[in-house]
Amino acid sequence: MSGDEAACTAERVARDSYGRLVAFLAARTRDVAGAEDALAEAFTAALRMWPVDGVPLNPDAWLLTAARRRQLDAGRRRQTRTAGAAQLKIIAEELDEMAANPEPIPDRRLALMFACAHPAIERGMRTPLILQTILGLNAIEIGAAFLVSPATMGQRLVRAKARIKDIGIPFRIPEREELPERLDAVLDAIYAVYSKGWAEIGEADAPALVSEAIWLGRLIVSLLPEQPEAKGMLALMLYAEARHGARRDPGGRYVALEQQDTTLWDIPQIDLAEELLSAANRSGPSGRYQIEAAIQSAHAARRLLGVRNWPAIVALYDHLLALTGSPVVALNRAVALAETEGPDAALVAIADIAQDRRLQTYQPFWAAQAHLLARAGKKSESHQAFTQAVGLTADPAVRRYLLARRLALADA
Amino acid sequence: MQFMLLIHGDELAMMENTKVDSSGMSPEYAAYNEAMAKAGVVRGGERLRPTATATKVSIRDGKTELLDGPYADTKEQFGGYYLIDVDSMDDAVAWAARCPAAQFGTIEVRPIWQTR
Repeated sequence: MSGDEAACTAERVARDSYGRLVAFLAARTRDVAGAEDALAEAFTAALRMWPVDGVPLNPDAWLLTAARRRQLDAGRRRQTRTAGAAQLKIIAEELDEMAANPEPIPDRRLALMFACAHPAIERGMRTPLILQTILGLNAIEIGAAFLVSPATMGQRLVRAKARIKDIGIPFRIPEREELPERLDAVLDAIYAVYSKGWAEIGEADAPALVSEAIWLGRLIVSLLPEQPEAKGMLALMLYAEARHGARRDPGGRYVALEQQDTTLWDIPQIDLAEELLSAANRSGPSGRYQIEAAIQSAHAARRLLGVRNWPAIVALYDHLLALTGSPVVALNRAVALAETEGPDAALVAIADIAQDRRLQTYQPFWAAQAHLLARAGKKSESHQAFTQAVGLTADPAVRRYLLARRLALADA
Repeated sequence: MQFMLLIHGDELAMMENTKVDSSGMSPEYAAYNEAMAKAGVVRGGERLRPTATATKVSIRDGKTELLDGPYADTKEQFGGYYLIDVDSMDDAVAWAARCPAAQFGTIEVRPIWQTR
């Protein structure tokens, strides 16, 4: 095997197994950073040795053994200063255990995800932690997705991992009674990956982030097949992803949902989402993701029936708003309300949430207001709202779209 | 916290990409300025004339040297700045990403070194 092939194999193993190996290595010691360091050294060793010696039959086991030895060496060096005997014993035992049973490595990624999305971890750091520990993304990639400088993101990741170790966050799947709440945090963290990728669709990195999110969604559904919300979240992502090809015209211009050519929607993807959603609805009470997926399903009905059931969409938003109290949900509900009760009713609903400080720099808030004000015939107010939306977007395609809509106000 | 957003880029490309209208400003920048003003974060900011109009001044070994622009050795020029007051570096980076020049140039975000 050539060096290139060995490098490719190492990379493939990295993608397939990274999270599984980190989860396994950190499961007992809770030392995520140490596991990552050991694994990085094991991968470096593999890239050096495999091109010469050939790729081992079980690359995962090879990497794991190499990483375990590194952990053990590092532990022994540390032990001259601090007492880490218990930890060393655990590692040595696991090495022996592995040598005795060359079985597939148990999948502890779910436990790792629950540790990353633990309530003791700052909410904003849960998604970055999962991206790093399960997918192996580095601080530069994660920082770019979250608009945080790479050095700062690196420090925050280090701090979050130290917290897992210091306060002894358990690597386990929560008990039945606390599972729903804890699962929500995991699902929120995964969904945030998708939202980042979705929002930055124009950027080169975004499609990668979107597929990572869907990959994580599939993983969580396969690891927790009896959880309806996990299916609901995956369905929600697939509905949105099915419209991917219709979101930009051939010239790269932004196309709003209402104007999208439904023949460009990915029907097999929608079908898969529908299947997941009905399976979710059968197996339990509706949570946030199932309701959001149901709303997307109602939007997708335009492809099949040519019409949409707006009263049902408003009712679903009412339900979702009662559940989440989120100002963004209130905004979407108001937009749907415009279809059943007209733009003035929608503007009244928006006035109720306009005081929320979080919405003041939220571009979709201003864009939605601008569209509603235009429909209500309030041109100068609409012009102002469009201006605010243009100034708040970082996406050039959205900026061009909003400027064109603002220009169209004068002709209307 | 105060931050400076320093706009760097190929000044010829910048002139091409942000067409100035009758108000003396491109609609993208006008909207960006207004969004910043409305959010109450902007403390100052100016666009600079191209480096063809610039002169560099330095004193070396007691000798004053002047050098007129444009400067052939730099691909990116400093084109303008904003001074903003926001809660955190994260917020400053978010505003930098919204700057129209981020599409074809680079926005450097620098915390202000408070001296008083």
